[in-house]
Amino acid sequence: MTTGSAGWVEEALRAHDEAQQQEQAGQDHPGQDHPGQDHPGQEQRPERKGSPQPRPGTVREELVLDRIDRARRARPRVKEERITMSHGAGGKATQTLIEAIFLDAFRNPLLEPLEDAARLQVNGTGIALTTDSYVVSPLFFPGGDIGDLAVNGTVNDLAVSGATPLSLSAAFILEEGFPITDLTRIVASMQAAAQRAGVAIVTGDTKVVERGKADGCYINTAGVGVVQGDVALGVATARPGDAILVSGPIGDHGVTIMLARGELDIEADIESDTAPLNGLVADLLGQVGGVRALRDATRGGVATILNEIARAAGVGILVTEDAIPVRPEVRGASELLGIDPMYVACEGRLVAVVDGQEADRALGALRAHPLGEQAAIIGRVTAEPPGIVQLKTAFGGTRIVDMLVGDPLPRIC
Amino acid sequence: MCLGIPGEVIEFLPDQPDLARVNVSGVKRVINIGLLADDPPQPGEWVLIHVGFALSKIDEDEAAAALSFLEGIGQAYEDELAALQDSRIE
Amino acid sequence: MRFVDEFRDADKAHALSAKITALCEPGRQYKIMEVCGGHTHTIYKHGLEDYLPEQITLVHGPGCPVCVIPMGRVDDAMALAAEPDVIMTSFGDMMRVPGSNGSFFDAKARGTDIRMVYSPLDSLKIARSNPGKRVIFMAIGFETTAPSTAVTVLRAAAENLDNFSIFCNHVTIVPAIKAILDSPDLRLDGFLGPGHVSTVIGCRPYEFIARDYGKPVVVAGFEPLDILQSIYMLMQQLAEGRAEVENQYARVVPWNGNAVALKAIGETMELRPYFEWRGLGFISHSALKVREKYAKFDAELLYSVPGVRVADPKACQCGEVLKGVLKPWECKVFGTACTPETPIGTCMVSPEGACAAYYNYGRLTRTRVKEASTS
Repeated sequence: MTTGSAGWVEEALRAHDEAQQQEQAGQDHPGQDHPGQDHPGQEQRPERKGSPQPRPGTVREELVLDRIDRARRARPRVKEERITMSHGAGGKATQTLIEAIFLDAFRNPLLEPLEDAARLQVNGTGIALTTDSYVVSPLFFPGGDIGDLAVNGTVNDLAVSGATPLSLSAAFILEEGFPITDLTRIVASMQAAAQRAGVAIVTGDTKVVERGKADGCYINTAGVGVVQGDVALGVATARPGDAILVSGPIGDHGVTIMLARGELDIEADIESDTAPLNGLVADLLGQVGGVRALRDATRGGVATILNEIARAAGVGILVTEDAIPVRPEVRGASELLGIDPMYVACEGRLVAVVDGQEADRALGALRAHPLGEQAAIIGRVTAEPPGIVQLKTAFGGTRIVDMLVGDPLPRIC
Repeated sequence: MCLGIPGEVIEFLPDQPDLARVNVSGVKRVINIGLLADDPPQPGEWVLIHVGFALSKIDEDEAAAALSFLEGIGQAYEDELAALQDSRIE
Repeated sequence: MRFVDEFRDADKAHALSAKITALCEPGRQYKIMEVCGGHTHTIYKHGLEDYLPEQITLVHGPGCPVCVIPMGRVDDAMALAAEPDVIMTSFGDMMRVPGSNGSFFDAKARGTDIRMVYSPLDSLKIARSNPGKRVIFMAIGFETTAPSTAVTVLRAAAENLDNFSIFCNHVTIVPAIKAILDSPDLRLDGFLGPGHVSTVIGCRPYEFIARDYGKPVVVAGFEPLDILQSIYMLMQQLAEGRAEVENQYARVVPWNGNAVALKAIGETMELRPYFEWRGLGFISHSALKVREKYAKFDAELLYSVPGVRVADPKACQCGEVLKGVLKPWECKVFGTACTPETPIGTCMVSPEGACAAYYNYGRLTRTRVKEASTS
């Protein structure tokens, strides 16, 4: 459903009516299977043991929530006619686009896990393959530039898949008129980042497009790494009792970029956290068993990853606001702009799901590494409610952390 | 329409009487203080910031009063809890 | 963070919660309306309802100035944005509000020059740096934001800018509150007054609520402890049989408001005879327009806007949600036709709209939440 086309309201209402009819039919014929629904019609909700009688209104409330849950589980479809910025934000729209358009067309077992890298078997060796494009604006910002992002981002996708990164490709799309000195700067950053990460850029490509396209410089990379032994990381393996850790303060990169765009007239001592995490990951995997999954928290932020874990594994997640490290300046800028650091991109932070018994050891392993000094255990995986991420606020109340809808636009309200 | 954030005034901008630089948790922004022309804030004072304007000064005495009320309630609560703990009827 | 963290202390919250519960008469239900969208947001963001006894229900009123803009006015804004050589500038909140043919966001995807700004002054800056373009600022908000728009217009006048104008959709809170008080389907015990609006208009404008309707009002701040303390003060009034206006947010809100701000509004704007509020219908003297003296900054005069009234879709129950008669999940289309991705009514669009806030933050019933957080 898209609001972009004329008559979208009527279409939404028509879809609503259809859904109502299906529900009504399910009610009249309990037990009949309906496509797209997980359970037929409405059931009398059985009273939970020990819970008080539902208050008037809560039965209806639960029905509505069930309906929402079912809609969430329904097959994704892209109803927009055109791409919008939401499709690139890393949230719901991106996910739907990937599943409905790309996965649908390319479907194969290697693609389906939709993890950060694909895992292939080549002559008995596990190989990880990943690709990324970098379109950041501005190209140069406090803490790094597009070149740093390109190398570190690709290395990180390989690292969190449990692979030792080996080689990268780098394809450049350059805008007519782009200063060569800027290109030289970017390339120097890439080489320095590659050396730091212990990888080599072994092949590449160059294209030039007319003035007005490519915003100066776009970089696309692919990365190849070797999967060590029998490492089998994946978000779907998370289970109740697991601990969730982050390797450091969140939101640094995204806020840096927002401020660097210069439109918001805010000065702050914040810089991007772009960094190669392969050393940190190697330490973690080397010292701690029971690591279920690793993700680097890029577009969409930590909140998006938590939702991906909850959805993939069918588990609940409960994180504690107080435990999540956020730099005071990032918090200040976020408050000023009305954005939530949980949804803001990082470029050098990982989220780890670890067997609960190993949580403290994992924390120790992360903290022993320079890039993980401020690592923290931020929460646990729970059995209920499945697919839902909750946050225990600093204040003690609880709320849901939903998937991102659109870009985290600064609010004034 | 309510996102107002407290910030500390650091300095005025030399050639722009209506503008001041404020600090919010280490983040600095230039804002317009023209709405406080009747009683302009001085460096070190705190203001409420909304869409790039200072709407009001934060009165430290009132803030202290509010906090001490809350402390009082908090203390009374803790006292009650302690009393409850001590008075077990068994 | 100063003046923020101190008012987010969880221990004090338990204390307040206990005191609030102690003031509840056994068997009595209390309905308190929080008028301000920012309050709704804080309540959900911090999970404040977990701290309130079941006897107290918080009702979300029409305090979201984005929520109350009717579709026809959004269509007008879209028409303005589509004018040749126009750069439309807008707060982030407005970007996803859908009109009949989409939102600013959708128009941007189609190539219209729409830019998000944090302050109306940013919009002025864009006008100065783009002399060949005509910049329009989408002015929304209650009396909190109107002074900022006003000062911006005065600056534009002082600089003699000829490529800047505003599309004025500022609304005033008191007539909306009155419309709610006069509504027969409502039974409220008290109000949490809008904290930041009050920094501009002061506390006096709410005196009629206590005097003529016998309902207590506490002007409340936006940190979680502010809200809990305000509810406590309301409950005290109710327990003591008082109906007064009290100011919990005294550290920021002056009783008499901000004279300079009011003067700026008065100089540049005047009340419209009436204005349509989504879900509430036409309310007299409830919105502002640019004064004739500043006509060259009034987009409604400089351009021709369609001005077509678009009725709310029949299924939309935003009106009842705005009035506090329905909770979000009680609306027939909540979660089905109307979701954050496809917001039929703007209660779902703005993050502080009652429905969006509930969808994003407060979906689970209290029992389920308590189970989860103790597991």
